Amino acid sequence: MPRKVVITGLGATTPIGGDVPTMWANSLKGVSGARTIEADWVAKYELPVTFAAQISTPASEVLARVEAKRMDPSTQFAVVASREAWRDSGIEDVDKDRLAVAFATGIGGVWTLLDAWDTLRDKGPRRVLPMTVPMLMPNGPAAAVSLDLGARAGAHTPVSACASGTEALHQGLELIRSGKADVVVCGGAEAAIHPMPIAAFAAMQALSRRNDEPELASRPYDTARDGFVMGEGAGALVLEAEEHALARGARIYAELGGTSVTADAYHITAPDPQGLGATRALKAALFDARAQAEDVVHVNAHATSTPVGDKPEYTALKAALGAHIDQVAVSATKSQTGHLLGASGAVEAVMTVLAIYERKAPVTINLDNQDPEIPLDVVTTARDLPSGDIVALSNSFGFGGHNAVIVLRNV
Amino acid sequence: MASNEEILAGLAEIVNEETGLAPESVEMDKSFTDDLDIDSISMMTIVVNAEEKFGVRIPDEEVKNLKTVGDAVTFISGAQA
Repeated sequence: MPRKVVITGLGATTPIGGDVPTMWANSLKGVSGARTIEADWVAKYELPVTFAAQISTPASEVLARVEAKRMDPSTQFAVVASREAWRDSGIEDVDKDRLAVAFATGIGGVWTLLDAWDTLRDKGPRRVLPMTVPMLMPNGPAAAVSLDLGARAGAHTPVSACASGTEALHQGLELIRSGKADVVVCGGAEAAIHPMPIAAFAAMQALSRRNDEPELASRPYDTARDGFVMGEGAGALVLEAEEHALARGARIYAELGGTSVTADAYHITAPDPQGLGATRALKAALFDARAQAEDVVHVNAHATSTPVGDKPEYTALKAALGAHIDQVAVSATKSQTGHLLGASGAVEAVMTVLAIYERKAPVTINLDNQDPEIPLDVVTTARDLPSGDIVALSNSFGFGGHNAVIVLRNV
Repeated sequence: MASNEEILAGLAEIVNEETGLAPESVEMDKSFTDDLDIDSISMMTIVVNAEEKFGVRIPDEEVKNLKTVGDAVTFISGAQA
């Protein structure tokens, strides 16, 4: 038997809460983090999309000024979330040579990169900040978390677009199972609400254009869904070998029973309409966790609210879980948070861990007319999950054909 | 033309902005690396900000000679002359 891996600490900074308790309370109520963007660049560049789900507590309110100015916003979010997760874990004494980091991002330091390019063009090379490279590199968040905690068993950065955050948990599990680490701080961070990525995602028709009603724009499974809503923030989870957690008498939220990562090899952006890669990921993750389809009571779906993306996930869930899918409470929390890209899997993992621990499924908002082609049991008001042994899944899929699934169970 | 006192005060402001160190800790005899714990990346940011503030050019090869705050004040003062 491989080493059992448990989750003992949670952290988050999101559009619906700057810490885990706030985010979780809001996710059960059902609130929207989407707002009109109050920045002059929206009008200046005549962006076709004028809203996003921005972080609810600016990192500048949490971090010291001097440390924040040396970090790209994506790294700031990672440090905020990982510090909360670390405090929450209660770990006081750990062998730093056995402590690793797996912190993902989808895009990396895009603000830093583009600000530096503007500075170069406007003011010349002398004014490009010496910290530009360490701030823009995609491993910046992982490196900063490693530095902050003194983690020396490797600092890894899975990059698989919107599957990145979930892939970080996959990597964390592998690090502990293989014996390379006893504790891994996993997560994902993204800070891409910048005019260029908005223009680029809008150009590919991926974003909702519901500019007049931002709060109603992210509506997974609804017939009137017209694209995703850009979000930002970070989620962080402390993974720990079970024997390590038990030895220190830790509070254990849930077991990370299994994970799987597959690739569609179908199209660079379009999901395989039959969801074959996602189906393989779901089946492999359940097998990895030695769980049966019938054990699953809850799924935190990827469900981004795009016309083409939501249905193949349903097809995959049905293929992997069979008729049991009708018994599963499905939450599409991007309806509240927007799509945090490379951070989404980590934030949704935090929510799914709490769903298991608190036995409550968070809410899907804006579901007025459910797409008849997606007949899932969607949670629209906070719902209790059953007592006894339960399993929950969280799915993430990314441009490039990346599919990542985690399997959580109660302890 | 700024006096040495004005240059020192301006440098202290720049150092505070970059590192968070109290401006009064930036004194003439303090070493940037040994006393103020300023690394090479911060030092370059301070140099570029000082160039802008005092309207001087501090060549890269000169930066390694600026060991103390006093060295920087003297260089900037000379470059302004």
